[in-house]
Amino acid sequence: MPSHNNEAVILAERLTKRFGDFTAVDGISFAVRRGEIFGFLGANGAGKTTAMKILCGLSAPTSGRAEVAGFDVAAHPDDVKRHIGYMSQRFALYNDLTVGENLRLFGGIYGMATGDIEQKTRTLLAQLGFENERRTIVERLPLGWKQKLAFSLSIFHEPEIVFLDEPTGGVDPVTRRRFWELIYQAADRGITVFVTTHYMDEAEYCNRVSIMVDGQIRALDTPAALRRQFGGASMYDVFHALARTAKRS
Amino acid sequence: MPGLHAFRFLLEKEFRQMMRNRLLPRVFIILPIVLTLVVPLVATQEISNLNFCVIDNDRSALSRRLIEKTAAADCFHLAALAADDDEAMAMIEAGRADVILEIPRGFAKGLQRNAQANICVRGNAVNGIKGTLGTNYLTQIAMAFAEELTAESGGTATQQPGASINERYLFNATLDYKRYMIPALIGMLLILTVGFLPALNIVLEKEHGTIEQMNVTPVGKYPLIFAKLLPYWTVGIALIFYSLVLVRLVYGFAPAGSVWHLLLIAVPFIAVMSAGGLIVSNYSDTTRQAALTMFFFLVIFILMSGLLTPVRSMPEWAQALSLANPLRYFVEAARMIFLKGSRLADLLPHFAALLAAGCLLGLWAVGSYRKR
Amino acid sequence: MHTFLSFVKKEFLQIFRDSRTVLILLVMPIVLIVLFGYAVTTEVRGTVLVIVDEGGDACVPRWQEAFNANRYFTVVKITHTAVEAEEMMRSGKADMAIVLENGFSDRLRRCGGATVQLLADGSEPNQASVRTAYAATLIKSLPASTDAAAMQAAAATPAQRYAVTPCVRLLYNPAQKSEYNFVPGVMGLILMLICAMMTSISIVREKELGTMEVLLASPVPPAAIVGAKLMPYLLISIINLLTVLSLSTFLLGLPMAGSPAVLLGISLLYIFVCLLLGLLVSTVAATQLAAMLISLLLIVPSIYFSGLAFPIESMPTVLQYISGIVPARWFVEAARKLMIQGVAPGFVVREALILALMAAVLLALSLVKFKRRLE
Repeated sequence: MPSHNNEAVILAERLTKRFGDFTAVDGISFAVRRGEIFGFLGANGAGKTTAMKILCGLSAPTSGRAEVAGFDVAAHPDDVKRHIGYMSQRFALYNDLTVGENLRLFGGIYGMATGDIEQKTRTLLAQLGFENERRTIVERLPLGWKQKLAFSLSIFHEPEIVFLDEPTGGVDPVTRRRFWELIYQAADRGITVFVTTHYMDEAEYCNRVSIMVDGQIRALDTPAALRRQFGGASMYDVFHALARTAKRS
Repeated sequence: MPGLHAFRFLLEKEFRQMMRNRLLPRVFIILPIVLTLVVPLVATQEISNLNFCVIDNDRSALSRRLIEKTAAADCFHLAALAADDDEAMAMIEAGRADVILEIPRGFAKGLQRNAQANICVRGNAVNGIKGTLGTNYLTQIAMAFAEELTAESGGTATQQPGASINERYLFNATLDYKRYMIPALIGMLLILTVGFLPALNIVLEKEHGTIEQMNVTPVGKYPLIFAKLLPYWTVGIALIFYSLVLVRLVYGFAPAGSVWHLLLIAVPFIAVMSAGGLIVSNYSDTTRQAALTMFFFLVIFILMSGLLTPVRSMPEWAQALSLANPLRYFVEAARMIFLKGSRLADLLPHFAALLAAGCLLGLWAVGSYRKR
Repeated sequence: MHTFLSFVKKEFLQIFRDSRTVLILLVMPIVLIVLFGYAVTTEVRGTVLVIVDEGGDACVPRWQEAFNANRYFTVVKITHTAVEAEEMMRSGKADMAIVLENGFSDRLRRCGGATVQLLADGSEPNQASVRTAYAATLIKSLPASTDAAAMQAAAATPAQRYAVTPCVRLLYNPAQKSEYNFVPGVMGLILMLICAMMTSISIVREKELGTMEVLLASPVPPAAIVGAKLMPYLLISIINLLTVLSLSTFLLGLPMAGSPAVLLGISLLYIFVCLLLGLLVSTVAATQLAAMLISLLLIVPSIYFSGLAFPIESMPTVLQYISGIVPARWFVEAARKLMIQGVAPGFVVREALILALMAAVLLALSLVKFKRRLE
């Protein structure tokens, strides 16, 4: 278990988001340490995506505060955005641009110089084995490739933290494994990974896992500790034990 | 400046997307051909090829001569000789005749005895202009017919007593409707392309989820919106030049005034229309909604712009309303430049109005973009 | 049947949840009819006139008075040169100039004839010719131009002067109101817009978002799915049709001279054709943007080729034939005949048959296209 004096790059304090009468996120507090792979679990509608949107500066909290990469998300969302990467469940690449053009676009937006973009594109495509796909329109890529590309794109500008919202939806287990290898590589380079997922085997890959139920965090620890705490053989059992208590589905 | 750096890449992306689309470049090539070459042939309120039918109750040499004279006129085509009133009206109702010429019994006798005769002219006035002009033309033919008779009997009636009136038309000497419509149709071309497409731009990104990816980046609203506006400007200006070349090659028309003046008006006009499109896109959740909203505005803009019917013919309140219509300024200015060769001073009010609206809508387009 | 109804219900829910779209769909016809009824006319009103008088002619004050007394004319200025008048027209400050020959009145008195030139801004040809015609008529009626002496000279001519006096009657629309012409055209345009554009976009949207595959995987026959998609638009079109008809009768005072039942029948046929067109577009278009652009290519001809604002007879022959394939043309023609002229149903059989033929062809085409896509 990482030690406590590790610096927190994500810090949430009583973070709350209400839509009318509905409290999507109900006063959650937690900290994510640098270099950690942090699993953010919860059933559909538990409030994961809303919480993640607040942390990415896409949505303002109703109350409470959060700091990401040292910046307050409500007060300085643009500073937050400069230091994070984001991959949504729809891995929203521009379908009508080529692989190379997508990389160039997002590199440019994060202020990378043209020369750097070019060099980085070459290394990245070589790592992924995509050298021949540079001029391929993204729409024509297979799903698994699109996912890898979307992830590489989200860390192309070397962010401190990357947020992944159900990144592996709809692909086969082999492809998912390869995808997680990319995540580990990123974490090895010191990028903090904040990931939501529905696959409990993936939860086992995380350093620490939180489980949200009805807008609140009901459990937060390493997968091993959680298994012990809930007396389950796998994360699947842990998740089930908690999800059963949900009042809203 | 980080904004400027990102702007360059965003601009590149917008241009790529526009040009890589399977349909858009084709639309940019074909639409000007349709609008500036084909539509002017159609969009004419000149009245020609009128069908007339005749009820000849006199059946004399003179009545036949009048009928032949009418049938020989350019704008008239003899549809049929009707036996009676019912038959003639049936032709009008079936749409096979537009005007009825009825020659009463005693037509020839009246002319021979005291040089006077009556005829009856009826026109289908469902289209008011067509009815009026059709019956007018026929009246003129009848008068010319009488003059002919006078001349034959040795009179010098062609030299009428009193003032002789001649007409001369400025700016469009031959009263060619095409010359009048083409500048306005360039305005229509612009709103259908650089007005309509931006309305779909942002909302399509919303539907595809790419807008969210853009929103988690630190890029500002200004570079984002202006990178979306600039390609429409470029396309709009290119379309103007392209149409000018087409019109010159096919109809031999060139603007009487300066092309630079036309561009001066076009630049703020395109800004107004494409910023307006982006605003609609910002406030819409689905493409259907955006398209419909934009269409709603465009149809009103077209109707109230003087493109199809003159602004001066509108009632006062409608003329006042049309002051808020950007297309009105463009159409008016384009016609002034094309037909009258108006000078800069005459165009300044149009330019100022469009520029003010362009700045206002530009800021609104940026302001209404939601980054969160 | 039950599943079909539940599909129809889903479509209705989807469209009525989008309250803004429904609002525009229902309000647009009202706005268009009001604009066309009151604002969009080709009437010539208010001609701004300049009199060009080089030599200070005696007749000018009387002419000015006579023109100002006429409701079509306002004399804004009396200038000495035609160039000045031309400049005023160039900047849009005047529409027409009456240029008197130097010594006009004198010549008229002495020689029995003098020339006056009507110098008009010819930018808008119809307005220009109507204006000069009005002005010429007015000038002829002025006492100054038919001087007594001149009349005597004319009377002295030995030859007999012939005259054919026409009595003119304008049928159906003696007041020449342009809304008589426009309203049926607007109906044709609105129905095309709603049925063709809206249906094609909403079907392609489901394709684009992938929900169409889900629907097609259900045991319901594809025809029923598509039919269900068309239902809300059919309903909205019918509501619009009724709004337009009642507004034009009660607000604009348009006649409903023929049989409303026949008009309704023809309209339904036209709506059907438009829906099928939308369907066909949706089978061709892969994206909503494409559906929109193709629909635009259907709507623009409906403005120009339907006779809405521009008479079809004035077009070049080739284009007249082309206008034959524009459904709006036949609908507008039939609607005009039925509403304004009040013809017997027999007179619109041709239009009805053509629309029916179009419907048949479109139905066959979309079925073929649809099948091919599924295979």
